[in-house]
Amino acid sequence: MIHVVLPQHLRTLARVGREVALQVEGSATQRSVLDALEAQYPMLRGTIRDSATQQRRPLVRFFACEQDLSNEPPDAPLPDAVATGREPFLIVGAMAGG
Amino acid sequence: MSAVRVLVGTKKGAFILTSDGSRTHWDVSGPHFPGWEVYHVKGSPIDPNRLYASQTSGWFGQVIQRSSDGGQTWEPAGSNGFMYDGVPGTHKWYDGTPHPWEFKRVWHLEPSLTNPDTVYAGVEDAALFCSTDAAQTWQELPGLRGHVSGPSWQPGAGGLCLHTILLDPRDANRMIIAISAAGAFRTDDAGKTWRAINRGLKSAGIPDPDAEVGHCVHHIAMHRSRPRALFMQKHWDVMRSNDAGESWQEVSGNLPTDFGFVIDVHAHEPNTIYVVPIKSDSEHYPPEGKLRVYRSRTGGDEWEALTNGLPQRDCYVNVLRDAMAIDSLDPCGVYFGTTGGQVYVSANAGDKWTAAVRDLPPVLSVEVQTLP
Repeated sequence: MIHVVLPQHLRTLARVGREVALQVEGSATQRSVLDALEAQYPMLRGTIRDSATQQRRPLVRFFACEQDLSNEPPDAPLPDAVATGREPFLIVGAMAGG
Repeated sequence: MSAVRVLVGTKKGAFILTSDGSRTHWDVSGPHFPGWEVYHVKGSPIDPNRLYASQTSGWFGQVIQRSSDGGQTWEPAGSNGFMYDGVPGTHKWYDGTPHPWEFKRVWHLEPSLTNPDTVYAGVEDAALFCSTDAAQTWQELPGLRGHVSGPSWQPGAGGLCLHTILLDPRDANRMIIAISAAGAFRTDDAGKTWRAINRGLKSAGIPDPDAEVGHCVHHIAMHRSRPRALFMQKHWDVMRSNDAGESWQEVSGNLPTDFGFVIDVHAHEPNTIYVVPIKSDSEHYPPEGKLRVYRSRTGGDEWEALTNGLPQRDCYVNVLRDAMAIDSLDPCGVYFGTTGGQVYVSANAGDKWTAAVRDLPPVLSVEVQTLP
């Protein structure tokens, strides 16, 4: 299982706790993890990736294993520690006022 | 005894205020969707427990929420998809250059007059969408954006937003919408084709002051019993049309300033209208620091200040375009919300005001439902 940590606003929207566990088909990439997340929680469609372009929203970031993966290609493999469930994949709302 | 439910959208969530028909004691629930901007909440006119809310965020985009129990519980409706029909093309950017059409948020939700599962959405960048499955899925009515003037539409300071949707209660095929800063448009064939209806508007801020399109219309109001009579608060100027928008006449009359955002119509007197004058387009607060609603019982031109209960010194709030509503009790209640977080209520058509709540986040929108 892959563990995904959601920002507070998306936890509220999806009515889940801090972390969700996902079964991901095939290799673990940003795209496959987000596809699995949106399949399990359809209300999150459009909130992390733009509905039309499937691009990451500008104020959403992806962190894992103390690395910023936000600008990695969506089909690049995620670190082994994420793929094997030892480390979470963090979806983070970028720090900005409000 | 009858009751009212006031639906308040704010910069940090939605709030629901309820009272019995006396409209003197208020229960406040919320924040619903805390931390999100809620541009608009509105109920179905034929099923008052069916509510729709536009929840939006600069971080996480657009969510439509739906309630089937009058706002006690909510569920995200569908998968948040607002896709422009076909290749979106371009409109004009602030500097006049072409800019791709990009969906940003839903400004206004207008439930159908006949079916609680049908709801229209006015969005930024300006377009009109419709859902017939209770907001699960949305389809654009592309004829509007496909109007010959579409590529020339330019955003106002708030963005290129479609903020007003009026459904004609006597003609299911007629709808009137307004866009900042393109102007007003009308369809007589249920959204297939549209006509610009801006004849008589004059706007000093555009190259041709009486151009067919390009006017910054802030809001339009209609009384259900006289749908051909329209009242408009433009960027500057309060306007009136007696022919469903074919032509407009200025009715600013003796207002202290004719800049403002809201305009609404009395529930039982279709010629009685309300505005909240704001000092200017560069100073978005009441003139002289006095918060005054102005009422005209003559459909415009002759206005009286309504001040009883409203702050008459040191008040520098704004009242945004969708932040006024009127209930249908007798006497009718008038409600408006401010960017200072107050929601003011008058249970006697504007003669006296009290604050139902004072310290909400900045208020973006106010709607009211009159309940049995």
